[in-house]
Amino acid sequence: MDVLTPRSLDEALRLKTEHPDAVPIAGGTDLMVALNFDRERPGVILNLGEVPELRGWSRDDGLLRIGAGLTYAEAMAEPLRSLLPALAEASRTVGSPQIRNRGTLGGNLGTASPAGDSLPPLLVEDAEVEVASLGGSRRIALHEFLVGPKQNALAPEELIVAVLVRPSGAPQTFMKVGPRNAMVIAVCSLAVAVDRERGELRAAFGSAGPVPLLVIAPLAEADGFPALVASAASPIDDVRGTAAYRRHALRVLAVRGLERCLAA
Amino acid sequence: MRIELTVNGERQEADVWAGESLLFALRERLGLPGSKNACEQGECGSCSVLLDGRLVCSCLVLAAQADGHEVVTVEGLAGDGELHPVQDAFVRAGAVQCGFCTPGLVVAAADLLQRSPQPSDDEIREALSGNLCRCTGYQKILDAVSLAASGADA
Ligand SMILES: Cc1cc2nc3c(=O)[nH]c(=O)nc-3n(C[C@H](O)[C@H](O)[C@H](O)COP(=O)(O)OP(=O)(O)OC[C@H]3O[C@@H](n4cnc5c(N)ncnc54)[C@H](O)[C@@H]3O)c2cc1C
Ligand code: FES
Ligand code: FES
Repeated sequence: MDVLTPRSLDEALRLKTEHPDAVPIAGGTDLMVALNFDRERPGVILNLGEVPELRGWSRDDGLLRIGAGLTYAEAMAEPLRSLLPALAEASRTVGSPQIRNRGTLGGNLGTASPAGDSLPPLLVEDAEVEVASLGGSRRIALHEFLVGPKQNALAPEELIVAVLVRPSGAPQTFMKVGPRNAMVIAVCSLAVAVDRERGELRAAFGSAGPVPLLVIAPLAEADGFPALVASAASPIDDVRGTAAYRRHALRVLAVRGLERCLAA
Repeated sequence: MRIELTVNGERQEADVWAGESLLFALRERLGLPGSKNACEQGECGSCSVLLDGRLVCSCLVLAAQADGHEVVTVEGLAGDGELHPVQDAFVRAGAVQCGFCTPGLVVAAADLLQRSPQPSDDEIREALSGNLCRCTGYQKILDAVSLAASGADA
């Protein structure tokens, strides 16, 4: 096993082309668990911790460019918190302070778990994922990036570079069901936004289907929206909950989310 | 592979295996067994250290990622023969039973008080939410952190 530590994005992309099987590590909060328990034994680990281009975020004419290396703790800090309130709320539910100080949005996209907590808020805000290889970069709508449970649209020689999002400014919220506040993989989760400008109710759920999914309805159809969200889900029974419970919980979350957002 | 890092203010070098964690390197290569290994999956917080001033689980940091960085472990908190105020408060409040969780909780509490010297009860609970204790039932740990924050002498 070998660890390669590039000092720039160019170098990182070159190394990824030379070693397409290299496994990137950012915060390590998913990958280290796999390494510690010998579930993964990559030949080459690509340490992204020293790539400055992946850090922080910037704003250009209303478009936010959030580096793949942004941590949950950073997503919870102003002014990002006010620009993407549901993402900040979701970040606050991730793991523990220790996990939020290390875990990144890029890592959440890399893992592409149906329970990834950053994903529903980013879907509601129509985020795109910027990925790059030595050949150039491309933007992929988040809903197309998430192709299946723990599967994304990244090609072997590509890295996730940034998340692009134009904050709607719409009232929005994120809710997550689980046995306690900290350290919980969502039984199910829901991000909700009431976008009066676009005339849309928007919701995206997590842990209630193979991928987090966006559901949209006209503003006037708030009464039927919770049922619509629940029927869009395709949950399974597992150790964390039954499919029936998840569907019920989504309906309840949608009602509460709409109440919060319509009152705002 | 060889890494170079600052641990508790001192420059250190260590020969590490590419796939090992910072926790393993601290305990097995650098002779610092204060950080504990209980779960190796980020769930218990007993391995908590400060990496570049931020609280992290050292079991989830690749040792190689700490190359060139600064680490503070529980061993680095006490001054010359003087307990850190949080350590002192843990002793006085009776917040230690088997003691396995204590180093991680002490590092997490010290980190909290450095950022927020007068935390509310909710803030304390939130800050310690990544640290598990199987013995105390937590109340005395919360008391200890409040005691440390109050700066009260014995
Ligand atoms: C105790 C604990 C609690 C947790 N709680 C939650 C929770 O509540 N909600 C939640 O959503 N998640 C949770 N997680 C999972 C994890 O913290 C998140 O998925 C986090 O976002 C992963 O980010 P990372 O930077 O640590 O990823 P890493 O472990 O570094 O990487 C994760 C995956 O993404 C790939 N990757 C990382 N960066 C890139 C990149 N730039 N380009 C291409 N591929 C990349 C890696 O190769 C790897 O496959 C928890 C984990 C632990 C250990
Ligand atoms: S040993 Fe690192 S969190 Fe449990
Ligand atoms: S004192 Fe035993 S685990 Fe906390």
